[in-house]
Amino acid sequence: MYKCGMAAIIGVILIVPVASLAADETEVETIRNEIKDLKESYDSRIQQLEHRLQQTEQGPGLAPAASAAPGAATAPASVPAASTTASASGSASANAFNPAISLILGGQFSNLQRDPSTYQIGGFIPGGEEIGPGSRSFSLAESELTVSANIDPYFSGYFVMAVASDNSTSVEEGYIQNTGAIAGTTIKFGRMLSGFGYLNEIHAHAWDFVDAPLVLQAFFGGQLKEDGIQVRWLAPTPVLVELGVETGKGSAFPGSDRNNNGVNSAMAFFHVGDDVGESNSYRVGASYRATKAQDRSYSDVDAIGIPVTNAFTGDSNMWGLDLVWKWAPNGNTVERNFKFQAEYMHRIEDGSLAFNTTGASLSDGYQSSQSGWYMQGVYQFMPRWRAGLRYDQLNSGSADIGLVTTGALTAADFPRLAQNDPKRSTAMVDFSPSEFSRFRLQFARDQARFNEADNQIFLQYIMSLGTHGAHKF
Amino acid sequence: MNNLNKWTSLAVTIALLLACTPSFAKVNVFACLPEWAALATELGGDKVAVYQASNALQDPHRIEARPSLVARMRSADLAICTGAELEIGWLPVLQQTAGNPKVQPGQPGYIAAADFVDRLEVPARLDRAEGDIHPAGNPHIQLDPHNIAKVGLVLTQRLEQIDAGNAAYYQARSKDFQARWNQAIARWEKEAAPLKGMRIVPYHKDTVYLIKWLGLVEVMNVEPKPGIPPSAGHLSDLVGRLKGGAADVISRSAYQDPKAVVSLGEKTGLPVVELPYTVGGTPGAKDLFGLFDDSIARLKAVKK
Repeated sequence: MYKCGMAAIIGVILIVPVASLAADETEVETIRNEIKDLKESYDSRIQQLEHRLQQTEQGPGLAPAASAAPGAATAPASVPAASTTASASGSASANAFNPAISLILGGQFSNLQRDPSTYQIGGFIPGGEEIGPGSRSFSLAESELTVSANIDPYFSGYFVMAVASDNSTSVEEGYIQNTGAIAGTTIKFGRMLSGFGYLNEIHAHAWDFVDAPLVLQAFFGGQLKEDGIQVRWLAPTPVLVELGVETGKGSAFPGSDRNNNGVNSAMAFFHVGDDVGESNSYRVGASYRATKAQDRSYSDVDAIGIPVTNAFTGDSNMWGLDLVWKWAPNGNTVERNFKFQAEYMHRIEDGSLAFNTTGASLSDGYQSSQSGWYMQGVYQFMPRWRAGLRYDQLNSGSADIGLVTTGALTAADFPRLAQNDPKRSTAMVDFSPSEFSRFRLQFARDQARFNEADNQIFLQYIMSLGTHGAHKF
Repeated sequence: MNNLNKWTSLAVTIALLLACTPSFAKVNVFACLPEWAALATELGGDKVAVYQASNALQDPHRIEARPSLVARMRSADLAICTGAELEIGWLPVLQQTAGNPKVQPGQPGYIAAADFVDRLEVPARLDRAEGDIHPAGNPHIQLDPHNIAKVGLVLTQRLEQIDAGNAAYYQARSKDFQARWNQAIARWEKEAAPLKGMRIVPYHKDTVYLIKWLGLVEVMNVEPKPGIPPSAGHLSDLVGRLKGGAADVISRSAYQDPKAVVSLGEKTGLPVVELPYTVGGTPGAKDLFGLFDDSIARLKAVKK
């Protein structure tokens, strides 16, 4: 019974398909074709895989097997499809949308003649955090972590976090950008480096000197960041003509947080740029910004040397001009190139100045008209090596302090606001082993303090890890 | 005619001009590199206005995102570049600042040519310790004429899409170009047959497609790692390695500084050849056909 059953089963297994095949000749043909198709498809897939494997094996450093016979391939008859190597690996799909990440590591060794804790830009009301040459000996510069990606077809996001050497973190930039919703228009909102002038918009790791020009330190306390919105529009012309407006919270120096609804700053800028022949290109710009400060306090000492806190309240308006000129023989920057940049800024503050806000608290009018400029040139004289010179100068003007004119106090009660013309001369040479690493030696003679020169030597490194960042002009 | 009328008629004229422009406006093509500008001119004829963003004597990795390029990108209907991160140092800035949605990645108005060809040297290991390598493979794809043909088909398709009114024109030009190009390929392969097996030392890894196509052998490069210029020590090491007859020729592309290659040639006694690399690199490389004519002629001239 068992044997019989087995035979029957085997018989059924054998006969049923045969019978069913025999039953329909056309079906046989169909199945045959299907198998043939399947085989062909697998053959071609295996060939593709082999090809891909071969390509992978030909990594850099291996001598490529130059055996391909010329003429093996003929011109394709159909339009080639875009290859999809990026998404080839299925296992990577969970993190395939990870944003681009890059990290800047930097640090320096500083040798400062004068105690950096006594640093001041004489004649200017201080504000912001990034004033002065930093600390002595070894120090870590801000480590910048940048994360960016497209958000959807309409927006892209950009985030830069800075970790300072004292372990504090700050959001350098964090903005959303839309490109081209209106032709020629780029809209940014969030926190961004303000578009005032030229250098302010450029991250510190891409600067040509260790520190910011004095004029940026005096007027912005380093770099001006705005929490707000920026709109730029490019004219449809063969020459760059760009108009931009920016508005926002205006809480950063020289403005202050006013706990107000609405906006506290407004800015407009204008750029024109083009090439001059194959070897030269330039961009010139003009900017105007208006903001307000309320109880923007700073520390000083009075006429007998007792520390006091003073505060400014009023309008802070400024305008600036900037120029960048770049030269490279025939536009090829690899061997030699030269970059010249200069900026002029003028700030007018009009309002009231309160003296000793925690004590006597006297207050009267205050007006100042102050300006500053710098110019610098950086020459790459051979691949990897560059040398540069920079000259900074500020003019504090003489502030009109109501409390002094009325005779309530004397000019000696406002020593930081005495008239002064800070100057600085800087020379640097840097060496970049690759596009991603740079070492710099810088010497500066800094005369920002009243009647005192400070000789400063810096040895700096800047390294870039991760995504290859493109640089602005 | 009073003043008001004058202004009115002027306004009407301007409005008419503006309104009429699109019907005979050319397609604005922004070509990152000379080879794509030449291809766009071949295929687009007088229906396109081609702006070439760089010239053959500029290192394609190291173009500045100049204001003039931003301005040109702003008005482009189509941007054609190599992609595969060759232009990573400048193209993204142009795309992000030009405010032009047509030329963003993924749009029909942006062609990354390297996406449409089989790339060589896709690295198995991604590490910057290997120098400035490109994750998507070697991007210097234009030196295999088969790649030019493939990119040409893509470009024609995109032109038809963007400027549908002239589709037949682009079709005809494409057909004509591909026919002439195939004939030329056959001729070049015949002419270059004696070059097979020639052992070459290029300055940078930017000739691998030519080498593979013509069956040459890349012995080594003058650069120790891609994008890292050779030091004096590395050069003297190369002299030692090349003296024993390990190679037939040292080559450099027109945009590269001749110093290192020339001194290496003098010290090893090997011939040095300057290759155009792209259209305009040498006087002979006037167009895409000239690029290959001249490359092969120059290699043959140094063949012993």
